Amino acid sequence: MPPSDIKDDAQQVMSANKTAISRALNLVEDRRAESHARVADLLAALKDAPRAATGHRVGLTGPPGVGKSTLTSALARSLRRRGRTVGVVAIDPSSVRSGGSLLGDRARMSFDPTDNGLFVRSLATAGEVGGLAYAANSSVRVLGAAYDTVIVETTGVGQSEIDIVHVADTVVLVIQPGSGDVLQFLKAGIMEIPDVLVVNKADQDELARRAVADLHGALRTAHAAGAAGGEDSGWETPIVATSATKGTGIDELIDVLDAHRQLLEATLCARRRRGEVQWALDLFRRKHGEHGVSTLGGVPTLRARAKRDLDGGETPLSLCEQMSREYVAALGPTA
Amino acid sequence: MAQDGKRERDRPWIMRTYSGHSTAAASNELYRTNLAKGQTGLSVAFDLPTQTGYDADDPLARGEVGKVGVPISHIGDMRALFDAIPLDQMNTSMTINAPAVWLLSLYIATAEDQGVDPRVLRGTTQNDIIKEYLSRGTHIFPPAASMRLITDLITYTVDEVPKWNPINICSYHLQEAGATPTQELAYALATAIGVLDAVKATGRIPEAEFGKVVGRISFFVNAGIRFVEELCKMRAFVQLWDRVTRERYGVTDPKQRRFRYGVQVNSLGLTEQQPENNVIRIVLEMLAVTLSKDARARAVQLPAWNEALGLPRPWDQQWSLRTQQILAYETDLLEYADLFNGSEVVEAHTQDLVESAWAEVQEVLKRGGAVEGVESGYIKQKLVESNAARLRAIEAGEQIVVGVNKFVESAPSPLTENLDEAILTVDPEVDANQRAALARWKQERDNDAVEKALAELQRVATSNENMMPASIAAAHAGVTTGEWANLLRDVWGEYRAPTGVAGATVKSAATGASAETVERLRHRLHALEARMGRRPKLLVGKPGLDGHSNGAEQIAIKARDVGFDVVYEGIRVSPEQIVASALEEGVHLIGLSILSGSHLALVPDVVQRLRDAGLGDVPVVAGGIIPEADAEKLRQAGIAAVYTPKDFELDNIMSDLIDLVDRQHAAE
Repeated sequence: MPPSDIKDDAQQVMSANKTAISRALNLVEDRRAESHARVADLLAALKDAPRAATGHRVGLTGPPGVGKSTLTSALARSLRRRGRTVGVVAIDPSSVRSGGSLLGDRARMSFDPTDNGLFVRSLATAGEVGGLAYAANSSVRVLGAAYDTVIVETTGVGQSEIDIVHVADTVVLVIQPGSGDVLQFLKAGIMEIPDVLVVNKADQDELARRAVADLHGALRTAHAAGAAGGEDSGWETPIVATSATKGTGIDELIDVLDAHRQLLEATLCARRRRGEVQWALDLFRRKHGEHGVSTLGGVPTLRARAKRDLDGGETPLSLCEQMSREYVAALGPTA
Repeated sequence: MAQDGKRERDRPWIMRTYSGHSTAAASNELYRTNLAKGQTGLSVAFDLPTQTGYDADDPLARGEVGKVGVPISHIGDMRALFDAIPLDQMNTSMTINAPAVWLLSLYIATAEDQGVDPRVLRGTTQNDIIKEYLSRGTHIFPPAASMRLITDLITYTVDEVPKWNPINICSYHLQEAGATPTQELAYALATAIGVLDAVKATGRIPEAEFGKVVGRISFFVNAGIRFVEELCKMRAFVQLWDRVTRERYGVTDPKQRRFRYGVQVNSLGLTEQQPENNVIRIVLEMLAVTLSKDARARAVQLPAWNEALGLPRPWDQQWSLRTQQILAYETDLLEYADLFNGSEVVEAHTQDLVESAWAEVQEVLKRGGAVEGVESGYIKQKLVESNAARLRAIEAGEQIVVGVNKFVESAPSPLTENLDEAILTVDPEVDANQRAALARWKQERDNDAVEKALAELQRVATSNENMMPASIAAAHAGVTTGEWANLLRDVWGEYRAPTGVAGATVKSAATGASAETVERLRHRLHALEARMGRRPKLLVGKPGLDGHSNGAEQIAIKARDVGFDVVYEGIRVSPEQIVASALEEGVHLIGLSILSGSHLALVPDVVQRLRDAGLGDVPVVAGGIIPEADAEKLRQAGIAAVYTPKDFELDNIMSDLIDLVDRQHAAE
């Protein structure tokens, strides 16, 4: 049972109090061992937030320079105009040398500072493999408890897509005309097929048309090669052409996102659960490595166990703590 | 040859002083005094609200009215500015960019009121938006709309105001943003190519007349302290422009291919320490653009010795004007042909610059040209990197700046004995007076005529027609600067330019004292992070309308390099936005950068709003051109530290910032 002050905090987060949300986000970023229990308590208290169940977590990813921040900004504004509240987690890479980062996404966004229905938090990757920040998973859950739509914006293409799949309900891959690498990744099956493809900077009609045609071709090749993707039956990855600076295609993109969310209705819980299983395993592996995983029975065993425990009401963080205790016990008293 | 065997003296360049402040009437008085002192042209400095298309009554104009220039809202202000100055006899340079079409329209309308035919008007509108996106930061509209306004102004004046220089391509601000001579040459030429290509694409200029347009393009150039190289740079400019106009645009008339330029010598290198030395720097820099007759400036304006301290007074500006006059009238410089023709040394270095700049021009063109170079962030990132390298070299003592990182001991200076009186202070009432005058103007004008003029502007803005005629009509009707710009903001939207900092890679010293200092700072920061559980997060904010972002950018990059998570939002962020960002981002520290002199209005405003938002315990530091008396007021208002140009050692600033976060954490 979470302590009462945490429950109060969670309540305030759920009523979209910005001060409380900011505090909660600060807490989930806190890496000190003594804070872990509080983080786990907070996430447990937010687990069944009404908004989380009805909300939509959208992952926006793609190579650098394709205009993801501007697109996020345009998307958020249009969603606000439709009366929906929006939380954004914008993730930028950390410097390998210093660990510091320049979080520049806000510079490309223009928002009304008095809008209570919009919240933007920037996070640095801090060297996380796969590109998602340490606190991204938890931050999405905090914002998901407060806002209708959560957008996670992250840079990367190829392998790094793998973990946004575990965070987002809908993965949007953003490219611009002339992104040859992405086409190759798709065709070669290096990259999972996203739920939605966006060709941004589609200001020049001819170039944009060609880019859309190329993508259709790449998708066909990928499907023919038996690439993963389309796990939700009946969903054919749509391709949307947008110009975030001119604001064109944004409404179509929202309609497509809504359609995907609609389709997910029946399978959403299972999809999110798979993400949580992965999160729990990742957390545990980061802490105890392969030895930890094999000591507790290997990946398939842990995966099945995680699913069972999460179904039973655990959160990924509390489950990880539990598994840690078991591992330490298994190592014996001398360890 | 004259009879005594000497050559006839060449005519001197046009001598100007970049000036304007407080109100149109006060600036008019200043202009008339300057002209009486022998100044031969005017250079109008507009205040930041005017430059960014706001009237004094706009909330964003708070604290900025009349600060760095004169507020011009409507034709009444423009008339007052040129009262008793006959425009048919004047050569007026206007530093105006995003709303250049509008301010030129006000100028033309004022001339018409004086009974002067626009065809005789001489002068220059700066009208170069590319360098605004890259360095100066007073852009309003997105690139496509801005390029349209530029081409509208050029294609209108080529026939209607034929003696006007419709655009002054600025390499000046590129150097201020850190450009090397090669970059300055390359990006200015790429900008000129972008503009001329856009003019060509309008189809408004018949092929045979295109040389006329090319012949009206002028440049605004910087001259830094490495004056031999700067002299070579000017000679390289002449050669490169001849090549571009001949090869790319097929201009056959050599007069139309001539590289015509005006200069303001470097302000970036002026120091707050031992500021009297700046006079010598200014003289040497002036030599770079005057010594070589074949590459001599058409117009020169010099900064004042005390610019790094605050706004210069009339006497300070007079000193700079006298400097020009001594060179032009006392010395024998203007009696000789080019002094450097035949110099192998000068020629060799000029050729090096020509080649490296030409290669970089090709690189920009390959990437889609200057506009694409702005939108992709390519050019900005290059500039930020060069500037970081320059600052690092100064900090490490590799680049000597006398009185700053070498020969720092000084006897007390009588010039700066009373520092607060060694600069100009703008009457704080200016803001309120201008607002009241504006309200009167709006009440007394014919508002039906204004409505009609605005409707016509709206129609033209959404068409392909030239914006100039409708703007001149609107000027006569009494439309204001804010009304003109806001209408176009609604039609075209606003633009936030790439900051160039996120991708900038800065080579830091691998060894030596500087590398050790950075390593020590990183260790301290990491230790602090371990204690706090989160990496210290810094918000760098630029409130107000001032777009000089060098300082903010370099602090942001340095802070990242010692290990901070840095949120940087670019220029022109309102106090409300800064507080919202501080709250949402959960930052541990806020740094504000203001160079327009509006710090006393803006900084306490941010602090108060932070308190109201429950963030009163987040430490705030401020940086800018802040006189000591103001710094004291800011510290009393709760600012933890104030930094000015003399604090060039970024490592020391970083050390302070880490201390501040540490102290705040310990207090919690």
